[in-house]
Amino acid sequence: MTIALNGEEIGKKLNEAIPGAVVSGTKTAVLVDAKQLTKVAEYMKSTPGLDFDYLTVVTAVDYLEYFELVYRLVSLKYNHSLILKTRIYTREDPVVDSVTPIWRAAYYQEREIFDLFGIKFEGHPYLKPLLLWEGFKGYPLRRDYL
Amino acid sequence: MRLTLDGEVITDVEPIVGYLHRGIEKLAETRTYTQIIPLTDRLDYLASMTNNVAYCMAVEKLGGIKVPERAEYLRVIISEMIRISSHLMAIGSFLNDCGAFFTPLLYMWREREKILDMCDMISGQRLLYNFMRVGGLSQDVPAEFITSVKKFVAEMPRYIDEYNQLVKENEVFLARSKGVGILPKETAIAIGASGPVLRASGMKWDVRKMDPYSVYDRFDFEVPTGQNGDCYDRYWVRILEMTQSLRIMEQALAQLPAKGPICADVPQFFTLPAGEVYGYIEAPKGNLGFYIVSDGSIAPYRLHIYPPTLINITAFADMVKGWKVADLILTFGSMDVVLGEIDR
Repeated sequence: MTIALNGEEIGKKLNEAIPGAVVSGTKTAVLVDAKQLTKVAEYMKSTPGLDFDYLTVVTAVDYLEYFELVYRLVSLKYNHSLILKTRIYTREDPVVDSVTPIWRAAYYQEREIFDLFGIKFEGHPYLKPLLLWEGFKGYPLRRDYL
Repeated sequence: MRLTLDGEVITDVEPIVGYLHRGIEKLAETRTYTQIIPLTDRLDYLASMTNNVAYCMAVEKLGGIKVPERAEYLRVIISEMIRISSHLMAIGSFLNDCGAFFTPLLYMWREREKILDMCDMISGQRLLYNFMRVGGLSQDVPAEFITSVKKFVAEMPRYIDEYNQLVKENEVFLARSKGVGILPKETAIAIGASGPVLRASGMKWDVRKMDPYSVYDRFDFEVPTGQNGDCYDRYWVRILEMTQSLRIMEQALAQLPAKGPICADVPQFFTLPAGEVYGYIEAPKGNLGFYIVSDGSIAPYRLHIYPPTLINITAFADMVKGWKVADLILTFGSMDVVLGEIDR
């Protein structure tokens, strides 16, 4: 069985390593500060005992007050998983650090989020719309898009 | 796909996707949980049943719905059947790309046709089944379905031998596919590849074994892997997986409860508790996941589909750079790409 790690414990550990990185840790997920995302991602990938070498789903959810980015990390070595989240509190020109330099798996998924939510990923090697045609106006997966 | 060429040698590739984008994720936000099932059919349309299963399992996980035993076993049998069908199509079209023009493909379609007939028997459809429901199946299977599956399981090994006789040792095929389109293990893990593509690169990772869902922990089967991650390995892993699927089907048929409910008591319109869930399965093409956010209403607040084939082609440019155009066709064929799933 892939063990879903307890977000509270990981959150505590993470806060010791990178002060101020964790906003909250619940049983199922860790919510981190968007500004520290790259540092957190590097910590997750390289810390022995965590070894999250395999990133699966990356997606965004529009909660109107904020965008929530969801990353599901898996360690193939230990067969455990963790859901990492971060929030962006602006609708005009939201920007967040890209995790593609750390996990290449995010390459297409971040492009897709950029296309459908309008969230920019700083540091992405090739940030172009993925699914919609050039010149498409609006971001269809935002909840206020009709 | 946009290619940059130097003579016949590829210097850069950029897959351009989106021509089949139907906005399924957006459509799902305005539909009830049951109405989404036919939308999931249209993702990987060569393996619609497993899409149904993946989606239903995610909803069941969030709703805490218990699926009856008989339905679980039937789901396993049908999923494995569809896996064989999808692999047949993948191998057939791959051999087509290799230059074995249509002969192997037609041999494989002969068996795929039997699977489609069986799907027709249970759902009345040959391609887009809309057969699974949240809580189980939409209807019980007819008695002749079980007889047909048993016959199929008994016959199929002979046909797999036949495919091997046709192409496995063929010198032209070996020269064409061995060492071509290599995806190293480290790259496969870094890009998050899954399914036969990951296993052909030498990583023994199958969700059915590593994170068993449904009743997969009750069956005895192997996870075949390749060594080099080239086109030949991807072909060979699929052939081996078909044999394992037959093993699972055989065991599931033996353990299948003869009677019993086939669907949990789920009303037509139901709400899920507010929250979020990620449910995933080992689909024929890899790790297919559904991320559902519910706000407690009858429709999901957000539905995200994690498409394995889109992720598998992340490193496609690395795999074909420096090779000839004809090798690109071959490599692309070996990735088993279905655009319905990439574009959603």
